[in-house]
Amino acid sequence: MNVTIVDYQSGNISSVINSFTEVAKGKVNIEVTSDIKKIKSSDKIVLPGQGSFKSCVDSLNSINGLVNTLKEFAITNKKPLLGICVGLQMFADIGYEEAETRGLGWITGKVSKIDNQKGKFKLPHIGWNEIEIQKESKIFKDIKNKSHMYFVHSYEFIPEDKAVISAITDYSSKIVCAVEKDNLFGTQFHPEKSDKIGLKIIDNFLKL
Amino acid sequence: MLKNRIIPCLDVKDGRVVKGINFVELKDAGDPVEQAKIYSDGGADEICFLDITASNENRETITDIVRKTAKECFVPLTVGGGVRTIQNITDLLLAGADKVSINTSAVKNVDFVKEASKKFGSQCIVVAIDAKKVSDNKWEVFTHGGRNKTGIDAVEFAKKVEENGAGEILLTSMDKDGTKSGYDVDLLKTITNNTNIPVIASGGVGTLDHLYDGIVKGGASAVLAASIFHYGEYKIKDAKEYLNSKNVSVRL
Repeated sequence: MNVTIVDYQSGNISSVINSFTEVAKGKVNIEVTSDIKKIKSSDKIVLPGQGSFKSCVDSLNSINGLVNTLKEFAITNKKPLLGICVGLQMFADIGYEEAETRGLGWITGKVSKIDNQKGKFKLPHIGWNEIEIQKESKIFKDIKNKSHMYFVHSYEFIPEDKAVISAITDYSSKIVCAVEKDNLFGTQFHPEKSDKIGLKIIDNFLKL
Repeated sequence: MLKNRIIPCLDVKDGRVVKGINFVELKDAGDPVEQAKIYSDGGADEICFLDITASNENRETITDIVRKTAKECFVPLTVGGGVRTIQNITDLLLAGADKVSINTSAVKNVDFVKEASKKFGSQCIVVAIDAKKVSDNKWEVFTHGGRNKTGIDAVEFAKKVEENGAGEILLTSMDKDGTKSGYDVDLLKTITNNTNIPVIASGGVGTLDHLYDGIVKGGASAVLAASIFHYGEYKIKDAKEYLNSKNVSVRL
């Protein structure tokens, strides 16, 4: 099996590479590339994302043919794709970080700044928080409800169809922290930084 | 709810841990990679490396340590000490660091913080502030391990780095550092009340009660400590169980 981590200059993806390599341990081939041909021929895709919504979308768009290739992979061919952090946020139609920016539009919804109740909650939301599982998700196999995951973000994905939400977390309000829609998976938290439990989520994705 | 973080810090000089411990399970007390792994397995919420190597030529040493550690520890890794250029940050992040902490360079030129956070995202830019008390409720920023006075007010500076895109502040009291008499709670309280980004408390921890004070009295989002963990007086687990018993929420 070939799994591609999309490298589109979206900031620091070393931790994503390290953790997937650790879990794959030679059984699964992990590619790190933005090469369209390689992406097309892979079995699964990981779409990381760091920095702002706008900078990530701009970086994706700057690589000729990448957005269409990802769309063909995930939407037309319905092959498994995991978005992490801003990688998940970009599933939305629109984001408001830095400037109003169009997202990939794969799951109807928007990405807005977390309402921190006038400074009552510090932003970014950094650290370990419990996830509250909302529905059975293939990537949550053997993951206990209320497990701790590592977060670092100031914006949240608000999908229109609540049925896509697979987990939420509590920070000033109930924030969407994982989604599953058919073959599309996304986590707002960083499984690659969430210790053994996070590696288990990666393992679940690789075993899909 | 969001948990309060416990962050063990390892001081690294020329590739070796300074004030290394002698845990029974350690083969080499001076090996930063092995120590980081022990902390991570023990439940540390993050690991912090502080490179105190004096010379500039040895940057490759810390980068190499980060590279090895990042392959074994899957919790966030923060690296500080001697970060002066965008290239320094790039090198550390590519090696596997999740955050870098900037100290002197931020004081010299706050635009560096802005440039770095714009390029890499606020989530990986920590500004380390070393503060010393100068009068009642007044603290000043010092650099070079507390030797150089800057004349800059610590509270004003904290606000300024927040405005310029710092994602977190690592606040060390130079009066308390190394004393084991507890954090400077007044300093912490003042900074946490005047900023909206998470503050990591540092400098002075000698007992588990000090960790409690940093979080509950000082308002810190995370507590950093070195020697109480280095010398094996307490394990990370002890700290967490203690805090939990006093109703401070931690990741157990």
